[in-house]
Amino acid sequence: MKLTKILSAGVITLLLSQLSACSTLGVKPWERDVLAKEEMALNSAPLDSRLDDHIYFSKEGSSGGRSFAGGGCGCN
Amino acid sequence: MQLKQLANISAALAAASCALLGQQAQAGTVLDDWQFNSAILLYNETDRVSAGEAILTARGDFGDDKFLNLGLVVDALTGASATGAVAQPYVQSFTRPSGRGSYDVAPGVTPLDDTFHDTRVQLDASWEQPLAPNWRVSGGGHLSKEYDYLSMGLNGSVARDFNQKNTTVSLGLGYSHDTISPEGGIAKAFAPMLLRSSYVDDSSYQAAFDATRDRADDTKDTLDMLLGLTQVINRNWLMQVNYSLSMADGYMTDPFKLVSVVNSNGEVQQNLYETRPDQRTKHSLYWQNKLHLSGSFLDASYRYMWDDWELTSHTADVKWRLPMGDSWYVEPQFRYYQQSAAEFYQPFILQTEPLPQYISADYRIGKMNTYTVGAKFGTKLAQGNELSFRIALYQQTPENDGITAPGVLADVELYEKVTAVMAQLSYSF
Repeated sequence: MKLTKILSAGVITLLLSQLSACSTLGVKPWERDVLAKEEMALNSAPLDSRLDDHIYFSKEGSSGGRSFAGGGCGCN
Repeated sequence: MQLKQLANISAALAAASCALLGQQAQAGTVLDDWQFNSAILLYNETDRVSAGEAILTARGDFGDDKFLNLGLVVDALTGASATGAVAQPYVQSFTRPSGRGSYDVAPGVTPLDDTFHDTRVQLDASWEQPLAPNWRVSGGGHLSKEYDYLSMGLNGSVARDFNQKNTTVSLGLGYSHDTISPEGGIAKAFAPMLLRSSYVDDSSYQAAFDATRDRADDTKDTLDMLLGLTQVINRNWLMQVNYSLSMADGYMTDPFKLVSVVNSNGEVQQNLYETRPDQRTKHSLYWQNKLHLSGSFLDASYRYMWDDWELTSHTADVKWRLPMGDSWYVEPQFRYYQQSAAEFYQPFILQTEPLPQYISADYRIGKMNTYTVGAKFGTKLAQGNELSFRIALYQQTPENDGITAPGVLADVELYEKVTAVMAQLSYSF
């Protein structure tokens, strides 16, 4: 399990360092036509996410990630 | 008909607001700046819990990139929930967690407490605005109340854009204070579940029951932190990586859950109330990608979570939105989740074993995998309104974590699958 943690941390670190090192990433302001679409928003269906988070929070041992893991209900 | 009513709500609210402001009710003068999202979800597990949840959110545009978000959630829950006790080849009797009343469980059947019914109302609000060029801040709070549970929380975040807004770094903090007041009070750690039939009269039973309880309510404080990095990769690819930390301190035991104490032949001698640690620190890494692929939109995410209860999990979630004609879309959805057991999870305890410091037989923190497969269908209506319908099948498959079931337990199902169907109708206006 420790190994999984180290591997995950390694992959993420590598990914982040690649992102910051690469100057070709990103677009010019006039190239945002697709990114501006609501379908491309990170949380494009906020109510769906909210309902899903509530269900999985009640039924599984993990929560959060996308947003806060917090409580808010005594879900059984 | 229902649709028409919903479509009229926006206009009605606009009219009402204008009336309040003493203005002529001209459609769209005030509420043009508000966007409403509503959804109704029905969740139904085979032979277990049924739940209904309704949400209405409103987002008001106050100009200069300032927004007010308001939310109202109402949900109702009813049905049966696994108690944690094991099935037996004979009829078992259980006392309800409140101490009042009892129920019998048939031979070979996983014990379920069928008395769950609760209604919850949640209100939340947040405000967001720019702070300086390339900086945004937000702050908000929530209040959630159900019969035996109250949660109050505050949250805030700050985000900074870099590199022509291609990179965003954000930091969020949240704090919540929860109070639980279960019917019948909170059982002492490892308190036995008493049966009325073991006592000669009500008063001696009640005295013994009261002796198993030591307080009426308890609290939990949770502090959350979320560090996020969003990066535009190219014109068709947006990526986000989050690290989150959640520290909870307080009562995290489920006051309704039991653990069975069995003899060497697997026969239940006693059922005890579970007890969990009063601290938990969770970490997670979340990686999300939004991709535009020749007209379709792919949302793919992965989460790795670990905590000091030694519960770790992997979650993969994929949604692929495919346009169908001019105004319709269909979105297949798939989610897979796998978790390891918390270190104090045990499906039962042997009579000969000494009691551990903590124990829970709640399958939700045992070894388990789940999957959700579903689809969403949506259409754009006039004036940018949107209607969608989502249906999904959710299956939880608890697994044996290498525990040998003695005697009669070998012949009963200790890790029962739970299957649920979810149906959701959403309307944005």
